[in-house]
Amino acid sequence: MTLAFEQLLNGLQLGVLLYLVAAGLTLVFGVMRVVNLAHGSFYMLGAYFVVAFASWTGSLMAGAVLALAATTAVALVVERLVIARLYRREPLDQLLATFGIVLFFDELAPLVWGPAGLTLALPPGLAAGVQLLPDLAVPVWRLVILAAGGLVAAGLGIVVARTRTGAWIRAGAADPETAQTLGVNLPLLFRGVFALGAALAGLAGILTAPLLTVQSGMGNDILVLAFVVVVLGGLGSMRGALAASLALGILDTAGRAALPELLAAVLSPEAADTAAPALSSMVVYVAMAAFLWARPDGLFPAPRR
Amino acid sequence: MTRPSPAVVAVTVLLMALAAAPLLAAATAQPFVLFLLTRLMILAIAATGLNLVLGIGGMPSFGHAALVGVGAYAAAIVALQTGGGAWTQTFWAVAAATLAAFAMGAISLRTRGIAFILVTLALGQMLFFFAAALEPLGGDDGINVPATFAGDAGFYYAVFALLAAATAATAWVRATPFGMALRGGAVNEDRIAAAGIDLPRVRLLAFAASGAVCGLAGALTTFHTAFVSPAAMGWSRSAELVAMVLVGGAGAVAGPLFGTAAFVALEELLSGYTTRWHLVFGPVLVIVVLAARGGIAGWIDGRTRD
Amino acid sequence: MNIRLVAAVAAIALVAVALGVTLSGKRGDGVRIGFVTTLTTASAAIGIDMRDGFDLAVEHMGGTMAGLPVTVFYEDDGLDPEIGRQKTERLVQRDGVQFISGYIWSNVLLASVHAAVEQGVFVIGANAGPSQLAGEGCLAGFFSTSWQNDQTPMAMGEVLNRRGVDNLYLLAPNYAAGRNMVAGIERTYRGAIAGTDMTQWPGQLDFSVELAKVRAANPGAVWVFYPGNHGTKFFTQYAQAGLLGVIPLYSTFSVDALNLPVIGPLVEGLLLTQHWSPDLDNAANRRFVDGFRARTGRTPSFYAAQAYDAAMLIRSAVEATGGDLDDKDALRRALEAADFESNRGDFAFNNNHFPIQDFYLREVVRTEDGGFGTRVVDKVYTAHRDPYAGQCAMTP
Repeated sequence: MTLAFEQLLNGLQLGVLLYLVAAGLTLVFGVMRVVNLAHGSFYMLGAYFVVAFASWTGSLMAGAVLALAATTAVALVVERLVIARLYRREPLDQLLATFGIVLFFDELAPLVWGPAGLTLALPPGLAAGVQLLPDLAVPVWRLVILAAGGLVAAGLGIVVARTRTGAWIRAGAADPETAQTLGVNLPLLFRGVFALGAALAGLAGILTAPLLTVQSGMGNDILVLAFVVVVLGGLGSMRGALAASLALGILDTAGRAALPELLAAVLSPEAADTAAPALSSMVVYVAMAAFLWARPDGLFPAPRR
Repeated sequence: MTRPSPAVVAVTVLLMALAAAPLLAAATAQPFVLFLLTRLMILAIAATGLNLVLGIGGMPSFGHAALVGVGAYAAAIVALQTGGGAWTQTFWAVAAATLAAFAMGAISLRTRGIAFILVTLALGQMLFFFAAALEPLGGDDGINVPATFAGDAGFYYAVFALLAAATAATAWVRATPFGMALRGGAVNEDRIAAAGIDLPRVRLLAFAASGAVCGLAGALTTFHTAFVSPAAMGWSRSAELVAMVLVGGAGAVAGPLFGTAAFVALEELLSGYTTRWHLVFGPVLVIVVLAARGGIAGWIDGRTRD
Repeated sequence: MNIRLVAAVAAIALVAVALGVTLSGKRGDGVRIGFVTTLTTASAAIGIDMRDGFDLAVEHMGGTMAGLPVTVFYEDDGLDPEIGRQKTERLVQRDGVQFISGYIWSNVLLASVHAAVEQGVFVIGANAGPSQLAGEGCLAGFFSTSWQNDQTPMAMGEVLNRRGVDNLYLLAPNYAAGRNMVAGIERTYRGAIAGTDMTQWPGQLDFSVELAKVRAANPGAVWVFYPGNHGTKFFTQYAQAGLLGVIPLYSTFSVDALNLPVIGPLVEGLLLTQHWSPDLDNAANRRFVDGFRARTGRTPSFYAAQAYDAAMLIRSAVEATGGDLDDKDALRRALEAADFESNRGDFAFNNNHFPIQDFYLREVVRTEDGGFGTRVVDKVYTAHRDPYAGQCAMTP
């Protein structure tokens, strides 16, 4: 029972990680209709920056703040140089141009920070475990991730639904031309939304840095999953992204937790050991293909324009 | 037929250069040129297959490297299990890839736009993971296959002939009613449907045909390297194929060959100077997209993509 | 005449000439050695360490073998068998090398080795040791200065028996080398297996699910295979899950000199098996380790040690034939003799051209300067042979 609860928690946490990456991706797509592969690069930069700044300032908090600022600054430069010229282009052009940006940053990172993978040590207080149940301790940092995901979801919900900026964002997403005639500064709005999306990716990178190895190309694996989330949720839909990422996180976790035992009931133990991870690697894609076959527009289809 | 466009003239020049290359390689005792150009031409055949759906049909597939892989594995299995010759291997490679493409198309064509990109990517990844789990065929290590051709000029010219045929076939298909419907569907679905054409069927046929061409490229890869592995099936290789088609000029007859030639030449030239050639290649890709909307072929013809 | 068409044709001609120039290698005299490794991507650190090890060996031999100048061509495989194969072809056909070494990954080696060997070029594998080249598929032109995949985990299984571990949980990524490692443990380990988890490959983000299963199974010990950056990630999460020091941890190929500076505090006391260690006390190893530290400021990894040995093996063969690089049979016999001082101590080739060598138990310890290193605790195997050699038709 404890194990099942713990695995559920693990699934939620994986879902939240996916959500943090997917949220910025779907926000940028929803408003600007830009498919941004370089989103994974901002995730990677957030992680590299936090390692660099945390060791420079000696404080994780200060490092995180500086890393967030630095990632956003890089994103603004990228927006100015490349993305701003892509707003009215076909998705394929956007994919290709941002693919070029990915190649560039994946090669630049090891040049700046060295070829070896880096880690970010947590201060003892954050590395320790919290006793949630009598026989279950969960690392504090994982709770921080869960909390951050919740805060981002709530914060984005409030900003988009309740504030003036949110109204501009919604107007820009629904009908950019009309929004512009009504006095919305579209280039500025787009720049702001892109920076916000990149900051979210950077935040995800900062939060995962203590769990993973910070290395070149780390954004690419998670980016594909984040795209799956964005499409499953319905392109441009924030709540769709939240629902889809949590569902995928739990699905993937359930596959890894239970598939070996389930398969062992049918196959030889050895075959089950190798078939299970292959199947659980595929399970996300199978689910996505099946779901989109039934509902081509995803969970919460965005209004067409 | 009207006068051939400048891009078609240019691609003919490129094909003539490829035809003459073995003579030069022999004269200068540089057999590596043949290896490199053979790989280039096989990639160009795969890109030609992709161009049918992506360029002409406006269906941006990100799973075509997996179809090439299906062809490569089918040829390898025939060679390993039955010792079948080149024709048998090619037949099964094309058949298997056509079937896989048919299934991939049947599922993915229910969606449009970004969702289509993602579904083809997902189906490609499924094939990739499946190949990596094929333990009798080496799993992710891949497996060596008995060589069918010695690395000689004969094989080079066979690949060359197939590439020339594929390029000519692209020009021919574009002008057929089938090709017109496909091109029309990429621009305006409703008008094509109003004309009484069964667009979904046309698209599915095009997807299967493009799979057949990719399967052929897969069989040629197995002949060329006598080795198959899942590494060539992942989504990043599919993205490279897409990049080749777009850089060359999506939908253009000359597009795939120009794109592959530019890609392989840049890779070979830049990586000869620095291992960090992606630092240059990435920005070049960005500039090409921003500056030349119709790719290389479009630029030569002095117009943007149609 | 269309100006853009003229420009395009001119560009084709220009690129053709440029390719022609770069492709027309300047073949010189002397010993020409290709080295295919990974110098880009997240695994670049491994390739750079190997290159430094090989460079150091060439420096130690004064840049000559049997009086002939030595030229080394380093090539990056980008972790891709197709690229590795292309670089191999280029080394063989354009650069006219007599030897190719390197090859971190099994798939790159398998894609490339035949193309070189069939052209009379000797391949000296300096890391990957797939069983496909050790049994029926052994090759007269292929030699390894590393190990066959099964050997190191077999030594670990033996260690587990000796230390009385009777309930073991195994964790490894689900790819060919990972499955080989698990099979290697199971060859020699005689206790019970509490569970086996083959994790997703490539790039599983998070091990929390598997670690929860480990905690629930409460085994006597955990064994893992997570090479390079994967090891960094795994050990970090193992510590964060509160399992460090609670369930004893054993590993093969997961801790090396490249990730030890980063994860040292997390793996203090960890036990691993290996054919080599920086503190092995022999003249060749002292010379290698001191030279490497002086040159790079780093402690060498086993990857670098294997690359260093590869260069020394090549020199021994070139010198045995008096610098005659055309007599391939004589070169092969000289390579088989392995008449060089390996930094691992005793070294001989089995009939399948994989090493017959000793295996040690190493422990991660704190060093005097406050960093982390390893020390040899015990010798596990003496003159160990891999289990596939019997299937190889070559005779010693």
